[in-house]
Amino acid sequence: MLRFALAAGLAAMALTGPARAAEVTEFTLENGLQVVVIEDHRTPVVVHMLWYRAGAADEPIGSSGIAHFLEHLMFKATETLENGEFSRTVEANGGSDNAFTSWDYTGYIQRIAADRLGLMMQMEADRMRNLLLTDEDIETERSVILEERAQRTDSSAGALFTEQMRASLYLAHPYRIPIIGWRHEVETLGREDVFEFYQDHYAPDNAILIVAGDVTPDEVRALAEQYYGPLEPSGIEARERPMDPPIIADRRVYYEDPRVSDPYVIRSYLAPERDPGDQRMAAALTLLSNILGGSGQTSLMPRILQVEEERALYTSASYGGTNLDDTVFSIFNVPVPGVTLEEAEADMDRVIAQFLEEGIDPEQFERIKFQWAADQIFMQDDVGQLARSYGAALTSGLTVADVQAWPDIIASITEEEVMDAARLIFEETHSVTGYLTAPEDQ
Amino acid sequence: MMIRAFLTFLVLLAAPAQAQVDIRQVTSPGGITAWLVQDDTIPFVALDIRFQGGTSLDAPGKRGATYLMTGLLEEGAGDLDSREFATRVETLAARFGFDASVDSVSITAQMLTQNRDEAAELLRLALQEPSFEQDDLDRVRGQVLAIIDRNANDPSEIAGTEFYAQAFGDHPYGSPQEGTSESVTALTRQDLIDAHRAVFARDRMYVGAAGDISPEELGVLLDELLGDLPETGAPMPEDAPYELEGGITVIDYPTPQSTALFGHRGIAFDDPEFFPAFVLNQIMGGGNFRSRLMQEVRVDRGLTYGISTFLVLFDHGPLMMGQFSSSNELVAEAIDVLRAEWAEVAENGVTEEELEAAQLYMTGSYPLRFDGNSNIASILAGMQADGMPIDYINTRNDRVNAVTLDDVRDMAARLMDPDALHVVVVGQPQGLDGAE
Repeated sequence: MLRFALAAGLAAMALTGPARAAEVTEFTLENGLQVVVIEDHRTPVVVHMLWYRAGAADEPIGSSGIAHFLEHLMFKATETLENGEFSRTVEANGGSDNAFTSWDYTGYIQRIAADRLGLMMQMEADRMRNLLLTDEDIETERSVILEERAQRTDSSAGALFTEQMRASLYLAHPYRIPIIGWRHEVETLGREDVFEFYQDHYAPDNAILIVAGDVTPDEVRALAEQYYGPLEPSGIEARERPMDPPIIADRRVYYEDPRVSDPYVIRSYLAPERDPGDQRMAAALTLLSNILGGSGQTSLMPRILQVEEERALYTSASYGGTNLDDTVFSIFNVPVPGVTLEEAEADMDRVIAQFLEEGIDPEQFERIKFQWAADQIFMQDDVGQLARSYGAALTSGLTVADVQAWPDIIASITEEEVMDAARLIFEETHSVTGYLTAPEDQ
Repeated sequence: MMIRAFLTFLVLLAAPAQAQVDIRQVTSPGGITAWLVQDDTIPFVALDIRFQGGTSLDAPGKRGATYLMTGLLEEGAGDLDSREFATRVETLAARFGFDASVDSVSITAQMLTQNRDEAAELLRLALQEPSFEQDDLDRVRGQVLAIIDRNANDPSEIAGTEFYAQAFGDHPYGSPQEGTSESVTALTRQDLIDAHRAVFARDRMYVGAAGDISPEELGVLLDELLGDLPETGAPMPEDAPYELEGGITVIDYPTPQSTALFGHRGIAFDDPEFFPAFVLNQIMGGGNFRSRLMQEVRVDRGLTYGISTFLVLFDHGPLMMGQFSSSNELVAEAIDVLRAEWAEVAENGVTEEELEAAQLYMTGSYPLRFDGNSNIASILAGMQADGMPIDYINTRNDRVNAVTLDDVRDMAARLMDPDALHVVVVGQPQGLDGAE
């Protein structure tokens, strides 16, 4: 029995009151270092992040894995810090630190008590320019990275399949290489390769500083000028990467691996990403992926294939719009035992055809938009995540204004725009379809 | 909703924080107690409701019943079928989580202030009036069977299953909480109703709340949400005798890298000497670059991407464990280094410098933990479930700092036993004999 009168209809509710946005300030130092401050004064903590506009897609051809290799080596000795002293100092001050590499960026992060911010900046500024890199460090760390690759990629049938899919999807663009690098190329990387990448890309005018938490913009500006201000810029120019030719053929990838327990089919399309001042198509694609796969019960593919027909264990759609160059839209289907991958592929096709024919359920559309608005509230609870979304956007060519406009753009997208986006992907774009299976004799 | 795969062990998250956090004990008009940190900065409230017992309350022969039951809570309740229920939740933009683990079933919620009452009513339906319709049961059962199959192909899961089976035998800790294909296939609707009745009761319930809600509002909400739950449920599980001896178990699995899980008996949180063990684990393999094992195995020798140890605080059989992965040709050397360090620390303890660094880190990082409503709600529920007093936060750092080098040496001698250390290796390791 319902104790409260629940709204009878499914019409979405409006968010009452202002969804108070976190206070965000930006400025640029004279040497070109871009600075973003996100205030959250609930806990005396700061997240200090330095992002470089350099990632795996900026590596020289034949040397995959350098950006990630360098990320590991940034924790080694500099002219003033011993090997490992960076992390030791962070820990001794109660903080934690880490780093991450993607195709478009490399980032370094510390989370620490707010009154230690200056110390973090001092050490981060130091290793931007003064890394030493010994041959011995290179040898040991290469071994660590090969172990990392073994753990994350070679031990996982799904990860190996994803790697092959991606290399098939992009024909020329370096998004085709894995971030961790191809094993045979990582094995050959030496000090000169890494050091050259470091010198080419690690400079204040190629970096973005993001400080989030219990600080004011004035405090950040003063500290940033003290520690990062003296660094000389390198005059780095905008990134130019090899671009894909027109893709005029559909392609198929079949990968068999005895470790596969749930075979699945995935279809991937190259899709437009968010561009500065031009985010509507990406917003429409974001909503499209939510309509097709955003909810395990009510979005189109799971509702029909999992719940109504019980032909799928798990099916969904994915799209990540925050990318410097073309990104990926995918749909995938993990069928229940007894349904073949050919049938599972036909099931996906049938649902997509039905969607293109029937269009969007307006109630679902409103519901999804209301959840997007509510997410802006929930996201403020985790200022580190908020900082990360700024970092990813700014290293993907977007501006702070673009990030702030994004929720309003999502809210303003029409059903027609989503259908246009769907037709662009499903009717006008060539795809890669992949099957991941176990050998038949299993 | 898809059931997510859950961790098969509980890692000690170095406990809660410092004076900036103002915890208030709230008792509802109906007598339900909760801990609350009130903060109206962001217009939503986070709840964490924990029921001790968890999947270890499965009845004999019904392994997997609690896990499957938990996965079905949001698949239809009251008059709402699974799709209607999901639609309502989405309409309110509420976020609910239902997680089963070996010692507890945990329900989390994030609810916007503007529609909190309606969201809470949906949560009440899910918790107290789940439908367990046969169609939904069969669909979610299919998902669980797929998870069981996947785990059978996952080296970490294979290692964990083997270790716990050898360590705990017939106790529920000795078998995966998801159940086996046979046991899950045999579960009936009545089994789920029984599991639901066994798990959810007020005598084992702990509630944490944080965010935009007053104590009075929380009291009313608690009575609405939880007031009708029965007073008591199934008896708590017995303690689990530890049956595993030192050695190596190799499980052949075709992969280029071996996964190793190691451990032996541990120490309970309510042990008077818990804090020295807490500090000792931090030094040995507490998950950062500075730890003894990380230094020896990764940084100096490049034998792994990561190695860590953890105090597994099972309510009925605590362990000290650790894990790493190494290429098949390196894993034997990594295990040699591990054993040597284990013996070294057991005999000589740690250095003054290591102790000081660990204390600095543990005390300095402690106040940073209370970050965000959802984190805080979870910590508050966990503190109560672990039997911590409400002022624990104010004394915790002093207790960490009070640990001396002698305390750590004594604890290392008591806790760390290289002869008892058992390593389960999944892969095709080279140069490892001793397969048992």
